[in-house]
Amino acid sequence: MDVDAVLLSRIQFAFTVTFHIIFPSFSIGLAAFIATLLVRWRLTGEERFNRLARFWTKIFAVSFAMGVVSGIVLSYQFGTNWSRFSEVSGNVIGPLIGYETLTAFFLEATFLGILLFGWNRVSPNLHVTAAVLVAVGTSISAFWILAANSWMQTPAGHEMIDGVAHPVSWMQIIFNPSFPYRFAHMFTAAYLTTSLVVLSVGARYLMANRFHEDAKTMIRMGLGMVAILAPLQLVIGDAHGLNTAEHQPAKIAAMEAHWDGSKPAGLVLFGWPDAAAETNHYEIAIPNVASFIITHDFNGLFKGLKDFKPEDRPPVMAVFLAFRVMVGIGLTMIAIGAIGAFLWFRGRLFEAGWYLKPVIYTWPLGFIAIVAGWWVTEIGRQPYLIHGILRTKDAASPVAFGAVATSLAMFVAVYAVVFSMGVLYIKRLIDKGPAGKAAEAPDALPSRPLSAAQGATRESLAAKPIGAGE
Amino acid sequence: MDDIAYWLPLVWASILAVAVTLYVILDGFGLGLGILFPFAPEEERRDVMMNTVAPFWDGNQTWLIMGGGGLFVAFPKAYGIIMSGLYLPIIIMLLALVFRGVAFEFRWVSKPNHQWWDRAFSWGAIVATFSQGLVLGGLLQGITVRDGAFAGGPFDWLTPFSIFCGIGLLGGYALLGTTWLIVKTDGPLEAWARDKAKVALLVVLVSTVAVCLWTPFSVPRIADRWFSWPNILWLSPVPLLTGLAGLACWRGLENNAQSQPFLCTIALFLLGLAGLVISNVPYLVPDTLTVWQAAAPPSSQMFMLVGTLILLPIILGYTAFVYWTFRGKVRLGEGYH
Ligand code: HDD
Ligand code: HEM
Ligand code: HEM
Repeated sequence: MDVDAVLLSRIQFAFTVTFHIIFPSFSIGLAAFIATLLVRWRLTGEERFNRLARFWTKIFAVSFAMGVVSGIVLSYQFGTNWSRFSEVSGNVIGPLIGYETLTAFFLEATFLGILLFGWNRVSPNLHVTAAVLVAVGTSISAFWILAANSWMQTPAGHEMIDGVAHPVSWMQIIFNPSFPYRFAHMFTAAYLTTSLVVLSVGARYLMANRFHEDAKTMIRMGLGMVAILAPLQLVIGDAHGLNTAEHQPAKIAAMEAHWDGSKPAGLVLFGWPDAAAETNHYEIAIPNVASFIITHDFNGLFKGLKDFKPEDRPPVMAVFLAFRVMVGIGLTMIAIGAIGAFLWFRGRLFEAGWYLKPVIYTWPLGFIAIVAGWWVTEIGRQPYLIHGILRTKDAASPVAFGAVATSLAMFVAVYAVVFSMGVLYIKRLIDKGPAGKAAEAPDALPSRPLSAAQGATRESLAAKPIGAGE
Repeated sequence: MDDIAYWLPLVWASILAVAVTLYVILDGFGLGLGILFPFAPEEERRDVMMNTVAPFWDGNQTWLIMGGGGLFVAFPKAYGIIMSGLYLPIIIMLLALVFRGVAFEFRWVSKPNHQWWDRAFSWGAIVATFSQGLVLGGLLQGITVRDGAFAGGPFDWLTPFSIFCGIGLLGGYALLGTTWLIVKTDGPLEAWARDKAKVALLVVLVSTVAVCLWTPFSVPRIADRWFSWPNILWLSPVPLLTGLAGLACWRGLENNAQSQPFLCTIALFLLGLAGLVISNVPYLVPDTLTVWQAAAPPSSQMFMLVGTLILLPIILGYTAFVYWTFRGKVRLGEGYH
């Protein structure tokens, strides 16, 4: 088999999945945020909740569309680029992805129609229900795909027959050893990321003296979530790491750039891992702290990279650096949450420009941490695709080098255009803000089909207000 | 062969056939609108055309995931072979669907500079449809398999026959799109759709006849299936009904009927798919892999089947509910947006 085609398939998969995860993370968090806003609106009757929900729904629509189209590409790539993988794991992974489609994708895709276009078509309660169902759908989707991914990290509940995995216990397959940690960690990551975006957008409006009331609501809701979830994420991440130490020791060694397993490990704050020389250059480390984090004992020992054959080690540099980026951002988020909560408690939050101004620029942090986290997880699993069962190099399709090179080039070109435009449009929507006609939508009768108010959702965006013509 | 290992793959093949059929019909009319875009340059018309499908397109497209995912679940071996054998047309189809899909949202937010997303919507639909035709044609011709894996070249699928399938499918989706517009719009747009529907119908009928002659003559196995006695007797209703459906569709277009052309078009598609199934049963990858050879173990198929039988009716239920919610005609200057 052509090794170069395998490498190209890896780059293509890593590229497409990295783009994909940015949007689901936002969709999962935003769907829940919109549903919360709408529920609060129904409970309190306060107009600002409805207005905010409409505003974020416009952004959600753009993000969701990008999540959908990039996701479909992924599910087909298992066959197009990883047909050996499909054969070996299809009996186990296939049903998990099948259940994702049946329980999640249909639900979210169908009720999305009502969420986006049903503002005046269905009763408010039904509309809120649709929003909740979309949020539930995105969560169920995360459940199944993370079960599939976790099984690839820590396979369980199967038996190998002629090199092909056959299911034995579906409970063990779905709730495999790393699944609960990964699900909790990813889910929290998605909410955290979205909350930070909401917080930074609110801070931006407040600092620019726009939409005061809405901005304060956003800051309160976003900050409240960050303050609670960021420390929680540290706890979950720590537990996740312990689980990894148990099941994927080579990955942990790479994350800590720990070479010699016979000595306790220091926490490497800075360093340049060198796989050829099997050591770190320019290392600045706090002695014994990594041992404490991983074994909860300052003199605890855990395996170093030298305990694994060179062909069984993951690439150290990427895993080591990505892990530091993620944890660094995690600590930053804890600080943002703690300082903000303190100011809030003292009643000075909305006057604290020195705090809110920098917060405006923190919106990308969550996305960067999520991508970094996935790189740790996925590159740390190398050289295996299914840990201990199938190596990545043995998993690819027998597709010609030229064909994969062509598709990779097309992906890069298409994604560059589509996603940069998407991000630009989201930025424009945020520039416009929650005001606009949506705020004073005429109260059309829900029973009158397609009345003028149908356009209220997005007409502020259209050059020619399509709903206002009558 | 024990019972369960015999009928489970057949059940799964039927579920897949249902998923593919639903995809072709539901996303077919959405893609058809994109194919029609170049012939409807006015912005207001395009607004209305898009609005007729905007609340549904995502759900419709999910049947594509169901089709691909179902193949992965129930027949992982065939999934690997088909996807790697038809690598380029599948990737190109997916990329075209990226453009088509985001255009639904981007077109509105980019107004008044939406011309590029009009093009993305339209060319995305055209390229995706044509690629689906190539995939169908490539699959019908057969895929080179050795030792249970794809062993052909990257352009094996590129033949006059597959290109012809691509053109035929463009006509088919355009017909679905025009007849859908007849149901969902009125006035000049409806009249225009009626006009275009006739052209599309002719393309569809001509290509149906051509495929019906082409495949049996080039594949003896298929000729055998259709023309041997007594099969010819049992199978003769298929072409007869196809002719009737085509005729009824034409008359519906002439007589200003509202939903008759759309329903007849669906009937045409159902009959065409039935024909394909009849020609190729029990092959999943024609000529090399039967449904039984490609099947996942019963434990996997069974686990998934239980869920599918429970969930599929629920999905169909809420899908119908959404169509019902957005029923009625969409008029110029009005939108769901
Ligand atoms: C933690 C969450 C998560 C992760 C790790 C992934 N996805 Fe995803 N995916 C979602 C969460 C999600 C979602 C939130 O459910 C999306 C995002 C936006 C959307 O429409 O649904 C989605 C959309 C989405 C779709 C389109 C669904 C539709 O039409 O509604 C497909 C086919 C996939 N994904 C497939 C994949 C594959 C094959 C992945 C891995 C390789 C993957 N996703 C990783
Ligand atoms: C959505 C978040 C994810 C991200 C950002 C991500 C990222 C990555 C990256 C960076 C690689 C490359 C590793 C390397 O080759 O060095 C990779 C590999 C891979 N991952 Fe993931 N992954 C994600 C989720 C998943 C899930 C949920 C699955 C399967 C269910 C999956 C399946 C694979 C496969 C098949 C490969 C092999 C290709 C390769 O090695 O490049 N990934 N992923
Ligand atoms: C604050 C301290 C944090 C710690 C100690 C931590 C710990 C970890 C560990 C050990 C892994 C690797 C799991 C594996 O072995 O595969 C991981 C993965 C990951 N992290 Fe973190 N993390 C932290 C913060 C964050 C933050 C703030 C985010 C995003 C907002 C995040 C997002 C992710 C994601 C998406 C993954 C990949 C999915 C997974 O395996 O769970 N993490 N994290």
